[in-house]
Amino acid sequence: MKKIDSTKRYEMLKERMGNGDMDRRSFFGLLGAAGMYAGVSGGIMTAMAQQARAAGTELYFEGWGGVVSEALRKHAFNPYEEATGNKVVDATFGGESEVLTKIKAAGSTNGHNILHSSGVSWYKRWVDAGYGSELNLANIPNVENVMEAIIAPFKAITPNSLSAIPYDYGTTGIAYNTKYVSEEKAKELGANLLLDKELKGKIGAWGGDWANRAWYGALQSDQNPNNIQDWDAVWDKARENRDLVLKYWSSGAELMDLLAKEEIYVTEAWSGRVAALQAQGHPIAYMDPPNGLAWMESMFVLKGSPMAEAEELLNFMLDPATAIAVAEGQKYPTSLDPNKVEMTDTIKALPAYDPTGKLDTLVFRDPVVWNEVEKEQSKQWNRVSKGG
Amino acid sequence: MPSSEQSIDKRPWLLLSPSLLAISLLVVIPMAFILVYSFYENIDLAVDRVAFQFGNWAEVATDGYYRVAIWKTLRLSVIVTVLAAVLGYIPAYFIAMTKFRDKWLLLLLLILPFWISFIIRTLSWIHIFGNQGALNGLFQLLGLTDAPLSLMYNEFTVIVGFIHVFLPYMILNIYVSLEGIDKNLEPAARTLGATPWQAFREVTLPLSLPGLAAGCLLVFVLTGGSYVTPLILGGPSDFLFGNLIYDAIVTELNWPMGATLSFTLLLLLGLVVVVYSRLMGLNQLSKAFK
Repeated sequence: MKKIDSTKRYEMLKERMGNGDMDRRSFFGLLGAAGMYAGVSGGIMTAMAQQARAAGTELYFEGWGGVVSEALRKHAFNPYEEATGNKVVDATFGGESEVLTKIKAAGSTNGHNILHSSGVSWYKRWVDAGYGSELNLANIPNVENVMEAIIAPFKAITPNSLSAIPYDYGTTGIAYNTKYVSEEKAKELGANLLLDKELKGKIGAWGGDWANRAWYGALQSDQNPNNIQDWDAVWDKARENRDLVLKYWSSGAELMDLLAKEEIYVTEAWSGRVAALQAQGHPIAYMDPPNGLAWMESMFVLKGSPMAEAEELLNFMLDPATAIAVAEGQKYPTSLDPNKVEMTDTIKALPAYDPTGKLDTLVFRDPVVWNEVEKEQSKQWNRVSKGG
Repeated sequence: MPSSEQSIDKRPWLLLSPSLLAISLLVVIPMAFILVYSFYENIDLAVDRVAFQFGNWAEVATDGYYRVAIWKTLRLSVIVTVLAAVLGYIPAYFIAMTKFRDKWLLLLLLILPFWISFIIRTLSWIHIFGNQGALNGLFQLLGLTDAPLSLMYNEFTVIVGFIHVFLPYMILNIYVSLEGIDKNLEPAARTLGATPWQAFREVTLPLSLPGLAAGCLLVFVLTGGSYVTPLILGGPSDFLFGNLIYDAIVTELNWPMGATLSFTLLLLLGLVVVVYSRLMGLNQLSKAFK
């Protein structure tokens, strides 16, 4: 059995509590026991000694936490560490802007190697900011199994090389509690379910991403999200939604907590997180409204990282058995092409799963269009979200 | 005529030099960098241009959005400070006056919450006020309500969160002040005919004012500079000036504006400290060297 350190144990406990898997009393009880164990066994000195004994390279990974990070740790990082002797130091971020802020403040990428990066927009931002690495795809033979349709948008930005490998995809649709909202009503209202006055004080929304709110504002004001002409109409809809919202959530764990504890009945939500709630038995349904937001996530390797080890890890993660196990754990479909790799029934049943491998049915954010307006519109969103 | 040795007393400066050095290195110089950054220009997300322009300052001075945030911050800071003062005085008085032999135990209980992360302490209110929290559970158990009451994510929970975190600072300050008062003064007042309330009001309370004032100042400044508590416990309209700084730096990646807002907050809170210390006579501390 693989040992885990005290920090990891604490993070796991915190995530479990955040996800609603554990009550408060058990959380604090286990936390106290972990603290005593750390003290008795030498705590930080033990950890430092273990680190000193370690001979492999350390790779610093930052991701979204919760079930996503748990799946990566269990099915990818632990086996990789055992197989290679390298160590993956994984941490949770609230968003990539946090990482960019840290790197900018420090003036170096030290301590940051691989990011579970969100979408093509962020790929472009990292590359434009000069933090993109150049992956040697010869060291990642499993990339051959990745869908061409999911790699193409990345290649369009950096035609000569890649800094990241697409790893999974999903949608940001609408989750609703079936005890309080019927399927008929949800389907009838679509994106406008988030504007239902009858649900005032029971609606949640993701506050961490301006573009997500704008996408839904576009849908609610009958505009093409990738070709918004009337931004005022978009923000008017966001204001309408704000006046009904109980809480803007800022992480997947918080989203799951709010839904599981029935603080909110309706919210936009990440498909995988809802699937995790459903697996826990919560009466939460999920729907993608027409033109709902789809996204793809990549494993972005920052410039200055130990490339050979990073490429080895990516190849390991793209191994069909590993990628499928991670996908089942995090509940987001893998980027592997279903025409080349046989998917399990669990994967096939995941929200947003595309059996064709072409991704034609999903609508992604156009990075050129969205990045161009981000400076102005992200500021506008921050004001709107606070009553402006 | 005073001698020249008396007029140039170097002792205070010698004694203060380590603190002054630390403050210079850790506060003054970083703040100077922040001030310089406030004149830079943000071209695009995370892309700044070295410049000397007043665009960021002009925006802060003229945009009503920032004035609203300042008003909300000052208002909430005053509410939290007043409530913390009222709620903190009682336990501080009890600890100072108790004849309990193991008084250290009470003080230990007071600082016990500091052993738990500030974030965890803040999150704990969700398990008390939440839909499935302790309070709603109790209400439903007693048959007072059929369905859970919405108690979370509003200004009330933000205030509760602040008081929970900052109350020990207030209690400790008041306690230290009360502990320094001669225990014979109140009985002396009583022998001169004062009622217990009069003795407290006219003897103990005035003598404990320095601790109360220091506690108020601390809680006010800490509340005014916060942003995490409203983020966790507040609803969409519950935000402080610190949240705007977070937005500018972390979500808009606009460091020059973040620097401008940070310096604005520093000026505002600094102004409060200066005015307050003059009103409350905290500057009298310097007379200790005379």
